[in-house]
Amino acid sequence: MALVEIRDVRKSFGQVEVLKGVSLEVKEGEIVTIIGRSGSGKSTLLRCINALEKIDSGSITVEGQAVSAGMANLRQFRQRVGIVFQAFNLFPHLSVEKNITLAPLLTRKIGKAEARPLALDVLGRVGLADKIDAWPERLSGGQQQRVAIARCLAMAPHLMLFDEVTSALDPELVGEVLKVMEDMARQGMTMILVTHEMGFARNVANKIVFMHQGKVWEEGPPAELFANPKTPELRSFINSVK
Amino acid sequence: MRSFGYIDLLSFVHALQWTVLLVIVALAFGGPLALLLATTRTSRLAPLRWLAAGLIQLIQGVPLLGLLFFFYFGMPVFLGIEVPALVAVGIAYTLYTAGFLGDIWRGGIEAVKPAQWEAGACLGLTSWQQFRHIIGPQALRLSLPPTVGFLVQLIKGTSLASIVGFVELARAGQVVSAATFQPLLAYGIVAAIYFALCLPLTLWSRTLEARLNGAR
Repeated sequence: MALVEIRDVRKSFGQVEVLKGVSLEVKEGEIVTIIGRSGSGKSTLLRCINALEKIDSGSITVEGQAVSAGMANLRQFRQRVGIVFQAFNLFPHLSVEKNITLAPLLTRKIGKAEARPLALDVLGRVGLADKIDAWPERLSGGQQQRVAIARCLAMAPHLMLFDEVTSALDPELVGEVLKVMEDMARQGMTMILVTHEMGFARNVANKIVFMHQGKVWEEGPPAELFANPKTPELRSFINSVK
Repeated sequence: MRSFGYIDLLSFVHALQWTVLLVIVALAFGGPLALLLATTRTSRLAPLRWLAAGLIQLIQGVPLLGLLFFFYFGMPVFLGIEVPALVAVGIAYTLYTAGFLGDIWRGGIEAVKPAQWEAGACLGLTSWQQFRHIIGPQALRLSLPPTVGFLVQLIKGTSLASIVGFVELARAGQVVSAATFQPLLAYGIVAAIYFALCLPLTLWSRTLEARLNGAR
């Protein structure tokens, strides 16, 4: 059974229907990259998987559990599904260590004595162990984003969502974040990404999903999809981002 | 008539205790009430928001003197209960504090980016945990300067209680001035005491701001 099953999901903001019947499956350990023009509904779909947006119809299940904004164990669910945002959203009033350990401590995943070792461990995985006592605003954008990833990892999620995590970064900082994500992919983390990094989509992802006008327009393995786009929309999209 | 002497200074010190007590009462009761108003004013439930907004509007729209008169003269008339002056005046200043601090803190809460709530929610925190550990501390930092500014207003504002006969610092000034016929001296000393009370607060707020900003 797929880790994530999305069936005919529809979602409108006011009069605008953003998702027009989206279906998608993500298996455990799979790296799925969602590409498409802005306004195609990529980010909304991602936010629906984490119940940050309420879907109007259809269904989303993660690990066999139906996802909805009103689900009974929403908080436990969100602890298993990490999400990283374009704008990092670190807590500016807390040190890097506290950013990472706040949620594990509050949700009683760990005791006080385990907090710092946990922070060191996840920071090590994003190559920032030496920044444990730094303040977020003293870090570069790339470092902040890696701390945000480490903060998610500290919750030991089963699934990670990435919402255009490199879009706000200076070009020379994109690489370090992508490298961290590649490492995670190699370690078997199930990941769904919305990204404009075609290189990453091509080289790391198992599956590419091209969204257009609120629908899954085309999907398939990256080599196939990039080499033989079946629709003129995907063809023109690939040409425009080359 | 008598000349100005130590006895008058003593009466100022005595009256100052009542001024300070009034400020403490206003903060002790008005502070939590302000927090309640600020949180309901930013609540997800619309009726709660409206209720809090209405209360804040009402308190801010009525002159402090009106609140004082209402509770000092009004309570015996409308409710038929005689209350000690400190209670009536205390209620008026409590509401005054709640209305203004509540609005200041609401502004602080709303100034924190909504994405911060979302980041907390995504880590599986409850709404209360998000407020307590993420939004609240950031809102506090943002609200600190206007909060201290209001505190200074409050201290000076307690002088209005003299009008209903509550013997605090300003009222003591009136009494001494009437007894000694030296209004300039009496009120000058009263003003100096208010100033001495407020100055450290302003300075403290500045160091606090610097420290909070330094911790980033």
